[in-house]
Amino acid sequence: MNQPPQTNTNRSTISLVNSREEIDRAENDVLEALDRARYDEASKFAVRLALEEAIMNAFRHGHKSLPPTEPVRLVYSVSPGEAVIEIEDRGPGFKPEGVPDCTLDQNLELPSGRGIMLMRAFMTSVSYLDRGNRVVMVYRKPDPAEPVGAPTA
Amino acid sequence: MAGSSRLKVSKRDGGVIQVEFIDRNILDEANIQQIGEEIGSLVEAEGKPRLLISFANVDHLSSAALGTLITVNNKVRNKTGQLRLCNIDPQIYQVFVITKLNKLFEIHDTTDKAVASFR
Repeated sequence: MNQPPQTNTNRSTISLVNSREEIDRAENDVLEALDRARYDEASKFAVRLALEEAIMNAFRHGHKSLPPTEPVRLVYSVSPGEAVIEIEDRGPGFKPEGVPDCTLDQNLELPSGRGIMLMRAFMTSVSYLDRGNRVVMVYRKPDPAEPVGAPTA
Repeated sequence: MAGSSRLKVSKRDGGVIQVEFIDRNILDEANIQQIGEEIGSLVEAEGKPRLLISFANVDHLSSAALGTLITVNNKVRNKTGQLRLCNIDPQIYQVFVITKLNKLFEIHDTTDKAVASFR
């Protein structure tokens, strides 16, 4: 069972285990916060995609050798200008630079390894901290005065 | 296979098998595995599969779903079949562009264009 988000100033913390129901609920909490701060549909698509990939990476890779009851910690804050999302797992960590580049012709047919690439493409910044078991992602709301374009790879 | 089908399957002219997804969000790992198995069975049942996958109802998909599509593509190719994708939402199409999978898959705007593209 994930707990209701604990709010400290404008930061909310959710501890969640690997269950689709809990992950959906946590994603909906973040999407509702984006709604309240008037983020548009494209922004919500971007944040949801990156959040999904980060959570699934934490469980699939970070917690590969841990019991499924082991929780991942999600911390998020949403202001009118930017959303900051942090996912921390309890695994051994990894080196993101060791993940093969799936956009190279020779790697195009690898069935995995695209999650981090998508996170980086859709978010403004993605940083792996500590031993690689904590990722901090920032999404800056596009300035309405600027033309809205597709994210760049 | 556990549970009910996650696909809507229909036959089109020219022996084309059209597959659509029941789920709007293709995120759940168990569902993605089931989708892979169901489409894999459809491919196995054909001599030279002509497979059309429509994303008309899909709002979100994960990188794990992309991995399953790549596996399906390999199965189709191993049987010298043909695979087409169509009706992909513009935001999801960006996912294919970013990952350069738009180079691996033949993608069409509409079902009719995709059906007409089979050789």
